[in-house]
Amino acid sequence: MLSIKDLHAEINGREILKGINLEIKKGEVHAIMGPNGSGKSTLASVLAGKEDYEITKGEVLYMGKNLLDLSVEERAKEGIFLSFQYPVEIPGVSMINFMKTAVNEHRKYQGLPPMSSAEFLKYMREMKDIVELKSDLANRSVNQGFSGGEKKRNEIFQMAMLKPKLAILDETDSGLDIDALRIVANGVNKLKTNENSIIVITHYQRLLDYIVPDFVHILYDGKIVKSGTKELALELEQKGYNWIKE
Amino acid sequence: MDIETSFKKYIKLFEETSSKLKNEDSEFVYKTRIKAFEKFKETGLPDHNHENYKYAGIAEILSEDYEFSLESRQALVDLNHFFECEVKDLDTHVILLSNGEYYQNNKPIEGINENIIICSLKEAKIKHKDLFEKYYNKTVSESNDGFVALNAMFANDGLFIYVPDNTKVNKTIQLVNLTHGFGNKNIFKRNLVVVGKNAELSLIICDHTLNNSKNFTIDITESYVEENGFLQYHTLQNEPNKSSVINNLFIQLERYARINSFVLSLHGGLIRNNLYAKLSGENSEANLYGVNLTDRKQRIDNFTIIDHIAPNCTSNELYKGILDEEAKGSFAGRIIVRPGAQKTNAYQTNKNICLTPEAKMRTKPQLEIYADDVKCSHGATVGQLDEDALFYLRQRGIDYKEARLLLMFAFVNDILLKMEIEPLRNRVASLINARLRGEFSDCSHCLLNCHTRE
Repeated sequence: MLSIKDLHAEINGREILKGINLEIKKGEVHAIMGPNGSGKSTLASVLAGKEDYEITKGEVLYMGKNLLDLSVEERAKEGIFLSFQYPVEIPGVSMINFMKTAVNEHRKYQGLPPMSSAEFLKYMREMKDIVELKSDLANRSVNQGFSGGEKKRNEIFQMAMLKPKLAILDETDSGLDIDALRIVANGVNKLKTNENSIIVITHYQRLLDYIVPDFVHILYDGKIVKSGTKELALELEQKGYNWIKE
Repeated sequence: MDIETSFKKYIKLFEETSSKLKNEDSEFVYKTRIKAFEKFKETGLPDHNHENYKYAGIAEILSEDYEFSLESRQALVDLNHFFECEVKDLDTHVILLSNGEYYQNNKPIEGINENIIICSLKEAKIKHKDLFEKYYNKTVSESNDGFVALNAMFANDGLFIYVPDNTKVNKTIQLVNLTHGFGNKNIFKRNLVVVGKNAELSLIICDHTLNNSKNFTIDITESYVEENGFLQYHTLQNEPNKSSVINNLFIQLERYARINSFVLSLHGGLIRNNLYAKLSGENSEANLYGVNLTDRKQRIDNFTIIDHIAPNCTSNELYKGILDEEAKGSFAGRIIVRPGAQKTNAYQTNKNICLTPEAKMRTKPQLEIYADDVKCSHGATVGQLDEDALFYLRQRGIDYKEARLLLMFAFVNDILLKMEIEPLRNRVASLINARLRGEFSDCSHCLLNCHTRE
């Protein structure tokens, strides 16, 4: 599904990714762990297409296409979803209008007619239940006045609405208490099928108790320095990141 | 023509027409004109050296030659056919003005409390003499603006509304200013609106041009809200690129009186909006909102003075603008808190988005506070669209253009949400959406396709 080869990226002349190699197959869950500043969020942003980063070397193939040639919105419609570490507040844009536009843009891309209002509302209600989102959030402006936990739940709600093929969860666990973490993780698990893949970016092993990865990679100084199975996360938890740095 | 020549032209014009005006006017009205004329000679026409008109592009307006006529220029066709408001579900009493005159064949207003007076200003001068003379030009005469004086010199007609005490107008009154016919016209319009004690009125004023001439309009709407009265005032400017408008709104609020004012400038060549709000009764409240959208070489200029005279009053002012291409705009908001106006709450915000490096916006708050126990705040921003929000929307599959539109609409939507009349709010929202998509947002009934890009 996704094949990253020797990816280098920089921002303002500073190199952040220094040769990433990663293969993700359909149906797999990959966890990417690493200390602060190792390039985890940069990798997520680069995959989503954030234009602040310059790709200096390497390639990314996604479903057989050259991902780096696609615009942000094309990538999204091709099924790449980024759950933001810091979801953006957008005053004046209602969640309902936002999601309706997004869902219909996806449908148009797939050659489907737009959903009727009634269909859409029904669909939205069903998806809200997956993350136990309060119903009034739909009428509020995007993320405005949402608590930290609500913002993260809202990200997974959007994931449920858009049904991505590849979801990148960028520190979805940060700022969540244990109950919220369980709700968010359950939501993700409900959305997981054999057809889609997930990249979980996290500092802590805790989230991986709920979203169990097939593979764990450790990113350090812009490179994947170690890969393994879920046991690697446990080992990392015990030994700390200094173990990697040595 | 330069400003000095225009000034002389107006002086000459008044001297030539004054005998005719004297014959037609009541003594009161004629005296008002003469006083305005004296003031006009004193103040002159403001040029770019005038602090209040620095950026308004007056020289540009006055470089054209306009014809002014006291003769009635009533339409030969039935204007009721020309205009049928398209606003879905918006049930209003429609009144038409034809080139500044109360249209002779206005449909009768039915189903309204019979004590409410809605008529032409001309009729009010005679039939409702006492009421008219109690209010007419009272606040306007305090102004030192040359254009305001000019209107008081020449204005002959417009709308008069009087809502008696304890009365609520059952439907919104919609005044539609139709400009039509040949030639570049200089039009002076005058509306007088009085909302009695515990009375309520909702008013929409729409400008609608049916020709492709260069017209220069100087408008005054004078409004008085008596004790505990409530006025909802909306003005919708949607005019062609060649038009120039100087629009003046005067507001006087008595005890516990309230106004919600929306000045929505969606399209125009050159628009100058002056707003003067006097909070002269204790506990009165003014909520003053403005939205302006400009592109090409359009100019928009909002100048507001909020005068807190009585204590315990509140004013909220929020103006937002989006400027595209080479549009230029300015906002100047003055708040005066008089020595006796303790416990005043006065809040002012002006936010703008410039979409291109060529678009320019100037904003200037000005607070003059002479009381010591007040809460006042002001804030102004000129910026671009939020890049992070844009990325967020695009990451969900919304394309760049659509995402920008969503954000621009959101920027002004918080003002629309304050409008109480839902069908009007929805209509304005769709007008704004169309406008942001680069479509000229007029009613499809406009027969002239005068707004296409040249």
